[in-house]
This record gives sequence, C-alpha cells and structure tokens, in this order.
Amino acid sequence: MRELSLHLLDIAENSIAAQAKTVEIAIREDSRTDRLHMSVRDDGRGMDQEMAAQVIDPFVTTRTTRKVGLGIPLLKAASEACNGFLEIHSTPGIGTRLEVEFQNSHIDRMPLGDIASTILHLVIANPQIRFIFRHQVDENEFFFDDEPIKRELADIPLSDPLVISYLRDEIEAGIETIQPAMA
Amino acid sequence: MPVIKTLDDLKKIREEALEKRKVKTASGQIEVIVGMGTCGIAAGARDTMKAILETIQNDNLSGIIVKQTGCVGLCEKEPIVQIVIGEQPKITYGKVTGDVARQILKEHVVDGKVVQNHLITL
Repeated sequence: MRELSLHLLDIAENSIAAQAKTVEIAIREDSRTDRLHMSVRDDGRGMDQEMAAQVIDPFVTTRTTRKVGLGIPLLKAASEACNGFLEIHSTPGIGTRLEVEFQNSHIDRMPLGDIASTILHLVIANPQIRFIFRHQVDENEFFFDDEPIKRELADIPLSDPLVISYLRDEIEAGIETIQPAMA
Repeated sequence: MPVIKTLDDLKKIREEALEKRKVKTASGQIEVIVGMGTCGIAAGARDTMKAILETIQNDNLSGIIVKQTGCVGLCEKEPIVQIVIGEQPKITYGKVTGDVARQILKEHVVDGKVVQNHLITL
C-alpha cells in the first residue's frame, strides 16, 4: 500500500469486522510540530492485551490458533521509519483506538493520497455504521458526520446515484477547503 | 471555490429518488459486493470500488445496493466483486480492475449477461 489513505481504509475494515456501530477517523497535520497524526476509534468488540500485542507484531507469538493480518504491522513499520509510532488501546466490550504518527516532512513518509475516496467508500458500503471524520490542517478543520445525512435520507440507499454525487461533492469540497493556500 | 452542500439539498435528493422509484420496474434488488480485506485493498479494491460508484453516478443506475465484505479466502484472486440479482445465485468475479468493474456493471447488472472471462467458479 503506497498511500496512507489506503492504510486508513484497511484499519477501518478492522473496526467493521469488530462489529463497531460508530467509527471515528481523524487526521491532524501540524506544520509547527512537523507531525502527522492519524487515529481510528471504534466501539466494536475490542481486544484483550494479548490479542492487541499480537495484531501489532504477529511473528513474536507462538500462538497458532488465530489468524491475524499484516495491515497493522506494515503501517507500524512505516511510521517508525519516519520517526513516528503506532499504538493500540483496546478494551474488550468497549472498543479500540489506534493511533499512528509520522514526522510530516520525513522523506519516506507515504503521501496521504485519496482520503476522499477512502471516506466515501466506507460511508456508502457500510450504511449500518456511523462514520465520523475529522481532518485538521493546522488551524483549518473539516468535520463530517454521516448521521444527519442518513436521517434525512431515511430509506433512500446511500448508493443511489444522486446520493453518491452529493456525498462525493461534500467530502471532496470539505477536504479541499482545509488545504493550505498555494503561495 | 468548493461549495459545501446543505441538508436542504438532501431533501430534494430524497424527493427525486422517491419519484424515480415509482417508475422503476420490480426486477428484484441488485447487490454489488466488493472484497475490502487487506488483500483486496492491496490488490486495488479501492480503485474497483471507485469505478463502481462512478459508473452508478455517471450512468444514473438506481436500485443498486453497494456493499463490502472482508477477506473471503481467495486472496490471490482479489480484487473480488460479487453480484446478487434478486433471488438468483450469487456470481463471483476475480481480478476485477476498474475497467472490468465497469464491464460487469454494464453487461451483467444492466443487460443481465454474465462476464465469462472473470468468473470464479466456487
């Protein structure tokens, strides 16, 4: 995966698999501290400490009964290569919060990539889940919550062509407004 | 300058969508399911999903429900797309790039002809 937005999609898939009802995705770019921070928080079934340790580093365990993926270890390695870190805080029955941080200007930092597509696809393909998205670039912030939209639409599916168009415009325009002005 | 839409726009969208539904014939619900496990995403499933949503939007295809699923255990065939039309059995496609996804929507979902060269027989 060559974009952080693809990693975010992958992390959010874990929340969906954990039967979350609400998934909050946040990105914070801070030019003053030169940090890029991303987090995915869910209210899914959560994990005990052993499991949380295992999803971060699947090769240090002798356990063979449970299959875990490589998405999180790859993102962790990418963050650490850029003077950053990845942490998972999880409580069984409460939910999971994943935090990952990079040195923003680091030469090896992957580009954020197409964040709008990641959010759009999560929202449309998982109508049973509430998605909250917050993207901050220094003082500017875009905040998106699909709950009021779904309440207004009621039984109209999110994959209706008019609704796709609406959501796409809203998310793309929102992300565009917070980008720093070109010099 | 980007324009942020308002909830009032959604009211109009809802009315338009309801109006269209009245004239639509009952051919049964159509579901398009995209595999979005780590394997799918790494193989390009987001581009596949992007092509599907763009085709629905550009060709104004209403009555399609787009869903996603995790890894279905056929990682080497990702990106995987499954089509369910009404009561018909589920059809599974493999190696579905954006172009193949557009082809599946046009030929299978709209015209009812299965795209043979990307079919996975389970």
